[in-house]
Amino acid sequence: MSSSAISRDDVAHLASLARIDLSDDELDRLGAELPAILEHVKVVQQVAGDDVPPMSHPIPVANVFRADVPRPGLTPQEALAGAPESEEQRFLVPQILGEE
Amino acid sequence: MSTTTTLVPFEDALTRYEPVMGLEVHVELNTATKMFCGCATTFGAEPNTQVCPVCLGLPGALPVVNEKAVESAIRIGLALNCEIADWCRFARKNYFYPDMPKNFQTSQYDEPIAYNGWTEVEVDGEVFRIEIERAHMEEDTGKSLHVGGSTGRIHGASHSLLDYNRAGIPLIEIVTKPIEVPGDKAPSVARAYVNHLRDLMLALGVSDARMDQGSLRADVNLSLRPVGTTTFGTRSETKNVNSFRSVERAVRYEVSRHAGILDAGGSVVQETRHFHESDGSTSAGREKSDAEDYRYFPEPDLAPVAPSREWVEELRATLPEPPAERRKRLQSEWGFSDLDMRDTVGAGALDLVAATIEAGTSPAAAKKWWLGELARRSNEQGVDIAELPITPQQVAQIQSLIDAGRINDKLARSVFDGVLAGEGSAEEVVAARGLEVVSDDGALSAAVDQAIADNPDVAEKIRGGKVQAAGALIGAVMKQMRGQADAARVRELILEKLS
Ligand SMILES: [Zn+2]
Repeated sequence: MSSSAISRDDVAHLASLARIDLSDDELDRLGAELPAILEHVKVVQQVAGDDVPPMSHPIPVANVFRADVPRPGLTPQEALAGAPESEEQRFLVPQILGEE
Repeated sequence: MSTTTTLVPFEDALTRYEPVMGLEVHVELNTATKMFCGCATTFGAEPNTQVCPVCLGLPGALPVVNEKAVESAIRIGLALNCEIADWCRFARKNYFYPDMPKNFQTSQYDEPIAYNGWTEVEVDGEVFRIEIERAHMEEDTGKSLHVGGSTGRIHGASHSLLDYNRAGIPLIEIVTKPIEVPGDKAPSVARAYVNHLRDLMLALGVSDARMDQGSLRADVNLSLRPVGTTTFGTRSETKNVNSFRSVERAVRYEVSRHAGILDAGGSVVQETRHFHESDGSTSAGREKSDAEDYRYFPEPDLAPVAPSREWVEELRATLPEPPAERRKRLQSEWGFSDLDMRDTVGAGALDLVAATIEAGTSPAAAKKWWLGELARRSNEQGVDIAELPITPQQVAQIQSLIDAGRINDKLARSVFDGVLAGEGSAEEVVAARGLEVVSDDGALSAAVDQAIADNPDVAEKIRGGKVQAAGALIGAVMKQMRGQADAARVRELILEKLS
């Protein structure tokens, strides 16, 4: 991958995937900033030799399990307390678009 | 839907095209708690009563993997002859949709816990090998209720209501490699495969595997290619097909629809499609596009899963008898012919017949009721035989009433009616509907006297030695007693009285 792999269109695409509304000015600014950030990360990557495997977790542990035993959760009242709106003990969300 | 497609009759389509299928089956595990939190998983609980900060995606909540779910995933993988990963991770599948409050689904991406397997299904006595690509762990989504539109559909709804009880319940997604079987067999192979997976899940005891309750769900991917070519065509993905019969119908419909598009020189659009139970058709859903860019990345909040080889071997030792071997064993135990066995498996009644026999019924009687009376009713109602509201134990009770001479086969049909209608146990239905056979001589004798009085000419013939004429009098008695007379005893009484 070349260092300028992120185009203005890529930024617009990422923004729409993340449901973030960006103005033209912001697209221009981020189009310049994001490649710089990637460039910086690349420096870190160069330090890691072939003997350092990529990691996704800071501590080298595996198999952290929980027994299959139910534990009390929230009451419906607690669960719905933070919801902007609710109805019939359910979370109310606005019309869902883009399906069917 | 605005586009109309000419449907090519299935058999006609197969003269020019070969179908290639891929099946994705979601199995909801029957663990007591969710995949990443301790919330209960009881089906049908009041909305939002089985939720916590983890499955609601509240900030700061930390998930922890359910060990039992991993164990079930490994056992499913082993039962499907898969290799089990010695190290694998969960991944975030990012998308915005209200059924997932976290805005991502915790799934597995390029490191499934089980991969490269195979299994075998039998159709019309022929065995087909299905290659398994992978079986991975993930979590179910919440349930939406669409308000304000017609018939609860999302289209035209003003808003939606979310219940997150199901969000986070462990799911295993089982994905096949492309299935290339003779086109005429494709629909029944697809159905047999999903049916086979259900049998396997029940045998493993890892899931209720009920398609009607959504604990077993199938997506049917299908493409066509011209006969004699090898490159796959563009596929459609029919989602959430909710019965075995529908799996078969969805394959047939999509073959007809694709053939219509290709015949007209068009090209199939790669999209998800919705299946309609009412007429067996499918309609366009989402087109595959940017929205499918899920930006998977390894889940930082969960440690990798690294099942030790000792654990895997321990779990391998717990696997039930493989279905094909079990069928062979049962066939010889029951004394079924190849054809009997094929019919039983084909009707999806193997486990039902087995459980009925286990409950004390003879193999012949168990087969008779399930493949006759009950198969007929499931066909008439368009439901799978396992979904009929009657248990093998209830069938065994009805047969034991017959064996005890308390009802006959004809009355048994009314008992089936009653049990299926939810009127209670076989005994209760017999009592409530007054279905017991009358073999009490007092009542029978009076009815026989009446029949003789009503039919003097027939009686005269019998007195004259024409014993076969007794049939007409037996019929008259039966009619009088609404079929509830003990026919053998009636015959004896007639001959006694007229000899
Ligand atoms: Zn929870």
